[in-house]
Amino acid sequence: MSSVAQNAPGKVVLLMGNEAIARGALEAGVKVCAAYPGNPSSEIIGTLAALAEEMGLHVEWSVNEKVALEVAAAASLAGLRGLCAMKQNGLNVASDFLLNLNLTGCGGGLVIVVADDPAGVSSSNEEDSRIFAKLGDLPLLEPGHFQEAKEMTRMAFDLSEQLELPVLVRSVTRVSHARGNVSLDELPRTHPKPKFETSRPRLALPAMANHRILHQKLRRAKEMFEESSFNSYQGPDQPELMIITSGSGYLYSLEAVDHLHLQERVGVLKIGTTWPLPEEFVLRSLKRSECFLFIEEVDPFLENNVKELFAQNCFDLGAKRFFGKAIGTLPDVGELNPEIVFSAIRALLSVEYQSRSEEYGERVHKAVKELGPARPLSFCPGCPHRATYWAIKTALAMDGREGFVLGDIGCYSLGMGPSGFGQMKTLHAMGSGTGLASGFGQLERFGLQQPVVAVCGDSTFYHAAMPALANAYYNGSNFLLLLLDNRATAMTGFQPHPGTGTKATGEEAPIIDMKAACEVFGAHVEVVDPFEVKRTAETILKLLEEKRGVRVLILRRECALLTGRRQERTFRIEVDPERCLGESCGCNRLCTRVFKCPGLVWDQVALKARVDEAICTACGVCADICPASAIRKEAV
Amino acid sequence: MLLSKDPFNVIIGGVGGQGNVLASKILGEMLLARGYVITIGETYGASQRGGSVMSHLRVSAKGPFSPLIPEGKADLLIALEPAEGLRILDVYGYGGVMVLLNTRPIHSIDVISGDASYPELSWVIARIRELSRKMWAFNATEIALEMGNPLFSNIIMLGALSAIEVLPIDREIFEQVIKEILPSKMFEENMKAFDRGREAIREL
Repeated sequence: MSSVAQNAPGKVVLLMGNEAIARGALEAGVKVCAAYPGNPSSEIIGTLAALAEEMGLHVEWSVNEKVALEVAAAASLAGLRGLCAMKQNGLNVASDFLLNLNLTGCGGGLVIVVADDPAGVSSSNEEDSRIFAKLGDLPLLEPGHFQEAKEMTRMAFDLSEQLELPVLVRSVTRVSHARGNVSLDELPRTHPKPKFETSRPRLALPAMANHRILHQKLRRAKEMFEESSFNSYQGPDQPELMIITSGSGYLYSLEAVDHLHLQERVGVLKIGTTWPLPEEFVLRSLKRSECFLFIEEVDPFLENNVKELFAQNCFDLGAKRFFGKAIGTLPDVGELNPEIVFSAIRALLSVEYQSRSEEYGERVHKAVKELGPARPLSFCPGCPHRATYWAIKTALAMDGREGFVLGDIGCYSLGMGPSGFGQMKTLHAMGSGTGLASGFGQLERFGLQQPVVAVCGDSTFYHAAMPALANAYYNGSNFLLLLLDNRATAMTGFQPHPGTGTKATGEEAPIIDMKAACEVFGAHVEVVDPFEVKRTAETILKLLEEKRGVRVLILRRECALLTGRRQERTFRIEVDPERCLGESCGCNRLCTRVFKCPGLVWDQVALKARVDEAICTACGVCADICPASAIRKEAV
Repeated sequence: MLLSKDPFNVIIGGVGGQGNVLASKILGEMLLARGYVITIGETYGASQRGGSVMSHLRVSAKGPFSPLIPEGKADLLIALEPAEGLRILDVYGYGGVMVLLNTRPIHSIDVISGDASYPELSWVIARIRELSRKMWAFNATEIALEMGNPLFSNIIMLGALSAIEVLPIDREIFEQVIKEILPSKMFEENMKAFDRGREAIREL
């Protein structure tokens, strides 16, 4: 049994931050959970989906974040508790609904967890979602560690019900994707009866009157936050320097004080209820010191809010010095780490610190120089996207009109790098490749002569590309859309979607046929297997040169990791050392220098290609590419 | 067995797809069962695909620590790939670090294409030996391939970890943990992989 579902109060288990959030929702008696997957948030709903039947929940992967929030909000408007989870980009998608829902208010507790990805490690952008709390006048909580992730989520449901407002819980990668000890509390068994009160319609209008009520609710939230145990101060009564921190910054701050032995000089003010600020609590804390350092990810949100509060009260507080991102004490982009926090504090307090001996550092730097550059990201061995981009590259070269590929969000975004032969030329939001193609496809009348190609994954198609495709047909655009259908939302952990025939819970689902959908939108549609590389390239070329209007080519081949999980191998791959002529072949080492699958290595002694049996998934694509037919593909 | 330091900092590092995250989860569960407070930070998602991956484990009797280990503070490195091991030492190593090394290289696409080179393996291993207080090195991938699946190498490394007696874990606790968190159909093979790792250390 998953430790997330154990009804064992007091038991300590090891949970990922996202699992702790899921557990918090279960302890709060959540009934409806919805999300579109996105790292680093995906495991919240993934965890709950696996427990849906056991715990009597409705859990779904919705087609996008706006719909997910609407689904969770419906539960709330019927009096049940609802949870919606997303990454930062997801909140942008959901924001239109959210910024009306704040005006109508809600019924049963409604909690929106948004997990930000500082440094954009798994994202197209870097963004601080907390600004949405200020924009929408919504209460915002930020957990600083695993236990708090659970407690805060549970409390957020109560708070939401008391205020009749959705509550935002903001996590970041190093909270969501970290693991730690979590002590469990009781799992309630509640059976509330849903009912929509028709006597209380939920209308955003009249906007101004509702905006006024919203501000009253926010003032109540502020009063409640004054007493919250999520806000605390640890340190000397009158510290030389006070760190003001939230979220992931908390553990870094504690570590810095401990590591640099500054317990007598530095205090840590932890704010868990980041918006609205508990003003009285913060003002009392500001009186303790004259010097403050803000530690938070990503933007100076807490920093600017505290400084705004200070400005309002500076007459009483006297002169203070504030350090943080605004004046460059810490970098204003990217993820925090212990070193960044150590060096900010050291610079302010002139503390000596050396992490290790200089001699060791010199020796290890010298050795690592010999290793060359860091390992670049690449498609997995056997990934259909590598074959797809190879076919695109081949077809565009044969076409010769400098056609270009508009990119989208998914594993195939790596098509911008060496693994996709640098073919992908734009990257923005979900579905934007198709939307941009719809626009580029109108530019021929102004003289654009290049063929327009867009790529889009299967899950991305249902999320946001369908409206763009409808737009393209309606307005008479002209481009080729390549739907890279690998039968899963692969990048975030193989979640199912409306094209897979399975629901979040594993139950069977009706399939929305991608081909039929495209045909409804007026497209000419063909389907190929990207592993048939030559045929795929020829089909792309044909669709570029012979057809006009909206053309769709579906490249259908399951993600190699899914195939690998079933341990199905259809081929055995070997390089015939007699046939592989190495550098003297004239192929310019096509298989390794150009195609670059990690499963095929260059034997530096024999000077020939060789299969790495620990990596190769035996997809057989390389056998089709070798001009000397030296790579043997035998059916097994 | 008590921790030789508190917090005791462990890094498990390698290449995306080597089972890094699962290894850190199993190790964390084993140490939790021994009563410690664990904090783990790890790499997920796109950042994993073919790139360098690391899990940071902090083991303490006191409380949680930051999910990232400060630079130069790794006490034990479990390197699933030699070049990645050396790269991790560059940032996190210090004179007192111990290293458990899988000696099987995985070539990056830069090395495969000839845009970069992978130094002589014996050279890499010699550097890691010089840069660590103690090193245990063997080819876990070869053993995993003998067993029929390269993915066993992370479990083999955990078996080896139990045999070097740096952390308070053993066969019994491994058995208890995998019964709880891994599919039962793989139980026998996982136990076998663990034992092969223990043997590999005895044979060094």
